[in-house]
Order: sequence, then structure tokens, then C-alpha cells
Amino acid sequence: MSETLAKASYTIPIGPVHPALHENIRLDLTIDGEEIVDVDVVAGQVHRGIEWIGMNRNNPVQSIYVAERVCGICSTSHPFAFTMAVEHAAGIEVPERAEYIRVIVAEMERIHSHLLWAGVAAHEVGFESVFYLAWRVREEIMDLMEYVAGNRNSKAMFQIGGVRRDITEEQFPRIRQSLEYYKSIFAQLKTVFLDDRTIRMRTRNVGILSTEDALKLTAVGPTARASGVPKDVRQDQPYSAYADLDIKAITPDVLTGIVVGDVYDRIIVRLLEVKQSIEIIERCLAEMPAGELLAEPKVAKLLNALKKAEGEGVGRHEAPRGECFHYVRLTAGEETMATWKIRAPTYANLMPIPTMLMGGQIADVPIAFASIDPCISCTNRAIVVESATGTEYSLSSEELHRLSVEKTRRLEAESDG
Amino acid sequence: MEILSPERVIDSFKAALGSDFVDSRTYRQEVAVKKNVFTSIWIYVKPEAFKKAVAQVCALQEYPHLAVISSSDRGDSVELIYHFTIYYGRHLKELSLGLSVSLPKSDLTIPTITDVIPGALFTEREVQEMMGVTVAGIPDRRRLFLPEDFPEGIHPWRKDETGPQEMLRVLPGRKGIQNE
Repeated sequence: MSETLAKASYTIPIGPVHPALHENIRLDLTIDGEEIVDVDVVAGQVHRGIEWIGMNRNNPVQSIYVAERVCGICSTSHPFAFTMAVEHAAGIEVPERAEYIRVIVAEMERIHSHLLWAGVAAHEVGFESVFYLAWRVREEIMDLMEYVAGNRNSKAMFQIGGVRRDITEEQFPRIRQSLEYYKSIFAQLKTVFLDDRTIRMRTRNVGILSTEDALKLTAVGPTARASGVPKDVRQDQPYSAYADLDIKAITPDVLTGIVVGDVYDRIIVRLLEVKQSIEIIERCLAEMPAGELLAEPKVAKLLNALKKAEGEGVGRHEAPRGECFHYVRLTAGEETMATWKIRAPTYANLMPIPTMLMGGQIADVPIAFASIDPCISCTNRAIVVESATGTEYSLSSEELHRLSVEKTRRLEAESDG
Repeated sequence: MEILSPERVIDSFKAALGSDFVDSRTYRQEVAVKKNVFTSIWIYVKPEAFKKAVAQVCALQEYPHLAVISSSDRGDSVELIYHFTIYYGRHLKELSLGLSVSLPKSDLTIPTITDVIPGALFTEREVQEMMGVTVAGIPDRRRLFLPEDFPEGIHPWRKDETGPQEMLRVLPGRKGIQNE
């Protein structure tokens, strides 16, 4: 392929359906030989006007379930931030027990999301056995979420002013059993992801985001922390039960002593956060106070109070991918919200993408792009446009994936030799 | 870097902006069992002093974090809130700072802040297309989320005649949207 494209600089639009993603977005890469010299992110292919629905059609309680469907993976993060914003706007206080249950559910989500990502990352570099391993161990937390919430995802645990379901004493042993399972395999996961030669070759010094760039481009979550920026809403401005737990943001230097800001560092951060989440859930179980689950159990009364409420509020939750932000304005006498603004973490993490990909190779695009754990979508084909001749041809997702896998094999062969 | 209390942060804005400082509001809430206090502040400024206020945010924190810009159609005006956080990276120390500016509908223009916070580009592009606010000096004028064939002059978040009402498809058995 490199012979036919020669030296001319040309543009590859990857997407709107991309192999590294579960949703749709387009990356326009300008290529000089194998090197990426410019990147443009084109978004909007899956914009569903969710904020508009909350401002024109649904009342705030109905909007919880719409918020839950902003994302199929962060189905706890959006309702978490959203209910906090509404509670803040309407002056509703959440019972202590509900705060602990919210945190347990949110941390279960983090475990499942990080393990899902670990599998995707392994797949992107062509390490299928690790992909199978990560997704198999993820099943344990999916079963646990089903046990606690009745559903593997879209758990509908949240209500404005509390939670809809209790986590009872009788359920604790089953929850602890899952946590013990993860503790027992943690050393193995760490060896597989951090000590493996192949993973290290494909992720060390790839997709680097410097500390300064992460700050300037307002990156959030593991993407920012892997670049040495200790931003974590759970630590910085703790809300809910996190305020009782003294959480510390995890940066890669706690393990390796240095911050490189590459894909490998993002693996370290996410892996250590799985362990942190296990510890948070254990503490929540041990310290969970007794009491009510809801500030107002009668939905009709709650809706009435929300209709009368006047004010604005902000909810910020540290989702698996970073700060999830909701802003809500309520106007007295209106059933719908006057304003609803959602800022999902990937919105903030897309800005650093050009910086990460620049200077890299096409074969590194899948793993580097996947390393922010982008929550947008998955591609089937990319079109290659050669600027000099205007010819256009397709790079299928299989082709792009093949390039990535070939690079892994080549590096393995070289280091063996 | 010195960490100021919320009151002193507000005072610093009063001192920097003088008569262009309109109002401020502090929100405090005790959370969970330990009753740690969670604080956020709102600062309201005149549009002409907006850049000065952003400079003041940058004076309090090198690289302030900008979550997003929210925008509300308030009838005769559009309110933009720049949701900053400062003092991040420290346990319990972070402060949410909402910088609010009201633009009259006769002059919906605001200067860009991408010169000081490059990460603001996406949200400025979004405010332009969704609310019809012109961001003066924005380095990338393209749309962010709306498709290329979306009609000019229609802004989905507006509640006046430039809103998307005409484009709505009313499903059989429904009267249309609630506000009508």
C-alpha cells in the first residue's frame, strides 16, 4: 500500500464508523507517508437532541431515564450527575443511606467499564486471548449488577432525592464474594497488562499527551490522570458518600515513579482504579448508615415540588471516563426544565485527540484513539483520499485492524530477533 | 498558589471588575455522614467585562478547568454560564465557579476564550450553532454537532421564532410539543 500512495500528503477520513469505537465519529487524518501530520475530529453523527427532550417534552423524573440512555455504558454516571443537578436546583437533600448506595452502584459501573476497555485495548493491538480474558472476568461484575439492580445495565437505581432500591444486609455476602474474586485475580490482570512485552511495545510512548497539554485542553478522568494531572471530582470536590471516603486521584507515577502520558500510563491508571473501586465498595458496605432511601417517596408530590421549584444547579460526577457534568435550570410553573446541559467526559477528551495522534503512525490510531476510552461509536470503513490525484478508495475496519495487528507481529519478530 | 476562601474569591472579582461586577451567589451543602461542606459560587458580570473576568479566573488558577458553557434562552436575553473549576487536584479544596453573562438578543456576541483556554473550542462551537450566539474570534467557525444540511438561522435551544418548532415532526395522536 505504501508504494501506491508514495510520498504525497493525503487525507484519510476514519469513520463516521470506526473500529476502535462503539459509536459513530469521524477522524480526518492527514498523512505524510506513514506519519500523521494533522487530525480533525468531526462529531455529531449520534446527536439525539436529548437535552431538547428534557427542555420541551419530559418532566425531570422522566428525564432520569432519558439521561440513563445518553450512554449504554455510563448508565449510572448520567443519572448520578443529573439527579444531583436537579436536587441542587430544587434544594432537595438526599438521605445518607441513599448516598452510599449511589456510590456502590457507581463504583460497580467503573469496574465493569474499565474491564470492558481493557478488553477493547487488547483487541486493538491484536491480542485476542487477553481480550477474551478481560471480558470473561468482566462477567462477574455484570452478574453482580444484575443481582443488585435486576439488570446488567440501565439499572434505574436513581430517583431525584435518593435511590429506588435498597442494598440490604442479606445481599452483602454475595457482593463481597464478587469483590473477593476480583482481588484474587488482580495480580494476574496486572501481570498480563503491565508486564507483557507485546502490550508494552504497542502502548509505551504511543499517543502521548503531556501534562501541560492535558491542562490546556481540559482533559478529564483517566486521560488527564495518566498525563499526571490529579483531577478527580471524587477527590477534589467530593459529593455524595465520596465526601466521607478520602479518595486520592491515581496517577501512573504511584506505580512506576514517572509520568509519560502515553497509552501504557492510561492502562496503569485504569487498572489501579479497578482496585480502588473494590476498596470503595468494601468501605461503603462496612460504613453504610441505616435510614430512608428517598427524600420524597411519593412521585406525584415530588413532581409537584419540582414544578414549583425555581433555581439552577450543577451536578458533577467522576464517571469511568472522567467528569460527567449536568446543568439544570428550573422555572416555577413549568413541568419541563428551562435548561438542561449535559457534558459527557468524552466531549472534553476529544479535544486532546489531535495532539495524541500527531506524529504517530496509522497503525497506532486504533489503540491511541481507544486509549481515551471514547464513548461515541464503532466504524466499519474508512475512505482514503489521495490529494494529488483525487482518487478515493476504502480502508475497511478489518484492513485498519490488520495494520495494527501486523505492527504488533512485526515488533514481536524484531524483538525476538 | 494561594488558595482563597469562596468569600475572598468573590472579593477578588469585585476588586478586579469594579462597576462591571453585577452580583454573586454562594451555594453550600453538607454531604453524607461526615457533613463535609461542598461549595460552589456564581459570579454575574456585564458582557463588556467578560474577558477581564476570565483573566481574573486565570489569575486565581493557572489553567482553570472549563467543564462546559451552558446557555439559556431567557426571553429578551441569552444567559451564558462558563462553568469553571479552580483549585482542583487537592482533596476537598476544589471550587466550582460559574461565570455568568447575560447577552441582549439585539447583540448576541461574546469574545472567544480559546486564546487563554484552548480546550474551550468545542463548547464555543456548540453554543454558536445551538444558541445562535456569535463567538468573536473563534479559530474554527464550523458546526460541531449539527449536520451540514441543517438550515441556517435555526438554533435548537432557542425558545423564540429561531427555534426548531417548524422542523418538528408531530407523530399521529400527539398535539405537538407541550409549550404550544
